[in-house]
Amino acid sequence: MTRSPLNRAVRGIFLLLVALFFAIPLYSMLDFSTRDIANPGHRTGYAWSLLVKDKDLFASILTSVSLSVLTVLLMFVLLVPTMIWVQLRVPKAKRLIEFICLLPLAIPALVIVVGIRNVMLWVNYFVGHTPFALSLPYVVLLLPYAYRSLDSALSAMNANTLAEAARSLGASWLTVFTRIIAPNIRAGMVSAAFIGIALVLGEYTFSSLLHYDTLPTQIVVMSKAEARTSVAASFAMIVVVSALLLGLSFFTRDRSTTEGT
Amino acid sequence: MTSSTAKGSGRRFSVGPSLPLLPFLAFVTVFLFVPTVTVIIGAFQTAEGGFSAGSLSYLGSAAAVAALKGSLIVSAASAIIGAVVGGLVAYIISTAPPRSLLRRVVVSVSGVLAQFGGVTLAFAFLASYGFSGMVTLALANRGVDLYGDGWLFRLPGITLVYTYFQIPLMVIVFLPALEGLRPQWREAAVNLGATTRQYWLEVGLPLLRPAFLGSTLLLFANSFAAYATVAALVGQGAPVTPLLIRQLFSSEVLLGGAVNAKVLALEMVVVVAVVMALYAWLLRRTSRWLR
Repeated sequence: MTRSPLNRAVRGIFLLLVALFFAIPLYSMLDFSTRDIANPGHRTGYAWSLLVKDKDLFASILTSVSLSVLTVLLMFVLLVPTMIWVQLRVPKAKRLIEFICLLPLAIPALVIVVGIRNVMLWVNYFVGHTPFALSLPYVVLLLPYAYRSLDSALSAMNANTLAEAARSLGASWLTVFTRIIAPNIRAGMVSAAFIGIALVLGEYTFSSLLHYDTLPTQIVVMSKAEARTSVAASFAMIVVVSALLLGLSFFTRDRSTTEGT
Repeated sequence: MTSSTAKGSGRRFSVGPSLPLLPFLAFVTVFLFVPTVTVIIGAFQTAEGGFSAGSLSYLGSAAAVAALKGSLIVSAASAIIGAVVGGLVAYIISTAPPRSLLRRVVVSVSGVLAQFGGVTLAFAFLASYGFSGMVTLALANRGVDLYGDGWLFRLPGITLVYTYFQIPLMVIVFLPALEGLRPQWREAAVNLGATTRQYWLEVGLPLLRPAFLGSTLLLFANSFAAYATVAALVGQGAPVTPLLIRQLFSSEVLLGGAVNAKVLALEMVVVVAVVMALYAWLLRRTSRWLR
């Protein structure tokens, strides 16, 4: 289709303005976090160096990274066997599991926080008041995203046929799970892990209201004394999370092209 | 190992194969259903432990009404801006070839930006439009007072920050509907003598309307339920419902604070549920043509 030069110019300008709206806050973060207050007009990496040098901040980075890995592992332990089992043995339960997994999209996280105090008191009683206790409610937040990734991977393979073949050759259910199904849904598991880590790293609703110290809460606490470091940490987080999510989009695209849908 | 024959027999009901689902069901019961039910029941609980709908009268208080109004304004404004701008972006890239660089970049970047929010997004806007933000300072040098009376921390500012994730979300959810618009329909219309204007008014827009409205509702629910971004942006005060909940939830001293927090949480659940139900209904209407 041919388009008039005016039409093309209007489109180009519109896209450029939108791109500017999205680029300005990101560029501002770089500008803000490298300002040298003592020598106006000069740049300094001081605020960025605090990411490693500030004990509290560095500890919160380690906490959030470990917490995200722990959450993703828990999510796998809970969801992968359940979904494989549903696929192979109780397909009738598929709609129920799907409904439950997508439910957290319809219930605001804030609502869960308001109602979860007693549950968390009970969790704290067993594991102590540590940020790692958050991994349990975080698994619920990840359910919709993890379910979609794993479900598309499971539906793309011939799980039932492969499982039946393995079973008839004498494989145990454990062998079927670990050596037949799991290797085939690895791409789905990787994308579920990516989005899981990205979400947990930035989660603020649970951690702030239930008073656990994670990277996002530490960024807010620090902003009162050293705003530049808070901005630097936020920018670093954006880079990491974007890398994870972009990686995710590559994984999903590769799969969709091979599926040929 | 005879239990494996149960599969496919259909008539015989056996609980055995469902047992492995128990850990999952127990987990979501404790960490999803119990908290949600706690909120719903707690909203009707009196201080003495009895039940009454009297606590719901808090919804009519000045603070709750003002916060709900703020939330509705922010959600509607950010949803409409997001839907219009995001819809236009989606339309422009939908006319580009599917494998073109522009299209792939916009889709990938939208996927990332739609997940943005929370503390990092709040600080991104503070670094640009805050008191000593880059844009604020740059304009101040030219004699323009962008910061003003702190609009960034009130409804207009919250709306602006929310559009940052609403526009990309719109691109993602609306693009499939645009892709469903077949070029053959346009060719058919043109062959029958329709002008571009007629094609859009009588074929394109009516087809897209359910998908557009549905996406707008999804955006509305998305910002209505958002908490982290606005909590990191606005330190105190309660211009929107989630922040009023924070105030009530965090103040143990305030009598009835816990109950009122649950009443507001219930209000949020109801609003989001109604909007999502409408969304699902519109989605079904869309699927008839554009899927």
